[in-house]
Amino acid sequence: MINVRGVTKSFGEKKVVDDVSLSIEKGKITSMIGPNGAGKSTVISMVTRLLDKDNGDVLIEGDNLFTKPNNELAKKISILKQSNHLELKITVRELIAFGRYPYSKGRLKPEDNEFIDEAINYMELGEFEDRYIDELSGGQRQRAYIAMTIVQDTDYIFLDEPLNNLDMKHSVQIMQILRRLVREKNKTIIIVIHDINFASCYSDNIIALKDGEVAVSGTKNEVIKKSILEEIYEMEINIQCIFGHQICVYFDDQNGDGIDDDPQEYAQAFAREQVRA
Amino acid sequence: MVGKLFRLDVLLAVLLIFSIISIFIGVVELQPRDIFNLDEEQRNIIINSRLPRTVSIIIAGASLAVCGLIMQQLTRNKFVSPTTAGTNEWAQLGILIGLVSFPEMNMLGRLLFAALLAVAGTMLFMQIISRIKFKEIIFVPLIGLMLGGVVSSISTFIALRTNMLQAINGWMHGSFSTLVSGYYEILYISIPLFILALLYANQFTVAGMGEDFSRNLGLNYQKVLYIGLFITAVITALVVVTVGMLPFLGLIVPNIVSIFKGDHLRSTIFLTAVLGSIFVMVCDVIGRIIIYPYEISVGLTIAIIGGALFLFLIFRRAGSNA
Repeated sequence: MINVRGVTKSFGEKKVVDDVSLSIEKGKITSMIGPNGAGKSTVISMVTRLLDKDNGDVLIEGDNLFTKPNNELAKKISILKQSNHLELKITVRELIAFGRYPYSKGRLKPEDNEFIDEAINYMELGEFEDRYIDELSGGQRQRAYIAMTIVQDTDYIFLDEPLNNLDMKHSVQIMQILRRLVREKNKTIIIVIHDINFASCYSDNIIALKDGEVAVSGTKNEVIKKSILEEIYEMEINIQCIFGHQICVYFDDQNGDGIDDDPQEYAQAFAREQVRA
Repeated sequence: MVGKLFRLDVLLAVLLIFSIISIFIGVVELQPRDIFNLDEEQRNIIINSRLPRTVSIIIAGASLAVCGLIMQQLTRNKFVSPTTAGTNEWAQLGILIGLVSFPEMNMLGRLLFAALLAVAGTMLFMQIISRIKFKEIIFVPLIGLMLGGVVSSISTFIALRTNMLQAINGWMHGSFSTLVSGYYEILYISIPLFILALLYANQFTVAGMGEDFSRNLGLNYQKVLYIGLFITAVITALVVVTVGMLPFLGLIVPNIVSIFKGDHLRSTIFLTAVLGSIFVMVCDVIGRIIIYPYEISVGLTIAIIGGALFLFLIFRRAGSNA
């Protein structure tokens, strides 16, 4: 369990995160959603001590996060930030091995290599392990990074937009892996995610942020509701139950008449937009 | 295939061959077959001039190349090196200030001044580049070159006022011709620094993945950064004090190794060191042969060969981005 109490962060004059309190349940996937600029990344950066907070407390299983030694913390929580465009030319295996750094300090012991082999199998990276990471596709690279956080062997894994730049197939693959990690290894996973349907289908709990504050937080069924989401995103959102999942439909109603638009008319409007652009 | 030959044993063999060539090239006639019956003069030449020169080349080349490697790793920029971060110029200014303040100063004193300014100057460079967001990584070395230019003109100004212009010219173009026994031994200081760099190799690689990445793994990023900068600045100062400037070395050697062997410091640091020695050795031998019995200073041959290779690296990068 991670408890965040009254955390605040300002950049210059602007308050990016304002008195945020939330709790993260152990052994679950918690999604953080919200519009751009809501402060999602800032919150998880503070919870994972990448960023100093101005005010407030972060408690990890009752202990204050900021008084724990860095190296101990690195065995407890791991974070994967978005936009990991590395300049470094290192192989997949070397990258994954870095996850063992808190334990091995770079001198790998046999048990470290076992962890690494297991993660490579788990993420199905066997055929790429000696390739350089800059030669991989986006999905493969993302899997390599997640493998690195797996070998770091922390109870809590934070992922900042792990589906960025991935196609549907790879997005689904990553989310299924995350579910498996929760199911089989009892990990606690916190993801920042933009696609509310992925959040709805794959997470247990959802925390919605808006303007630097927690708008709503609860189980996914408590949060994926028309009235709540419309207020957060300030647009019309319809929710349909499909195959047992709450699916949000949020395509703009062109005419504002609430009636399904004529597909032909849509195509023409789209073409006009294109010409204008 | 060049990649296949890029192994430590092969490179060490090449270095050994060129070291032997280096020992037998010079004004005093000396043939490999003489080695078992040296006369007094030949023995003297070998012990007091040829050997010190060859050893200096190996140490200076290896340590400067490793400096470049560490700097590139820590700044996450392939175009940063003691040449393109202004470290050389700061070291030079340090020697000058030292000599102007204490004209009788010995080598160690000069080294102290050079190292102090090199460390301070490199920190300043790091501060500047951490405050500016660059769209193109090529701007980072440009800032360094500009900073170096400013520092260099300050040196020239001070030198003009104090009649030291000739002296600083000596440090501008690195040369091994003056390194005789009793003078070159100070270079050995870079060996413990090299060992320190080896101990921190893994940390440097982690730090090279960025501050967030390092913090996630529990690494004290700032500390590693400062240790790296300290090692590189002191080694650079050491080489400038003894040999003079060896431009581009720290830039191109690590880049060539990176092309073939990637960027994991643990697997590239020795290769970089040995290739650095080979590169300087070849440039020095060329400089000694070309207008024999006179010689061209190694700083000049390195600048010409290194400059060409630098351009090649830039175009290669531009090609891969297009």
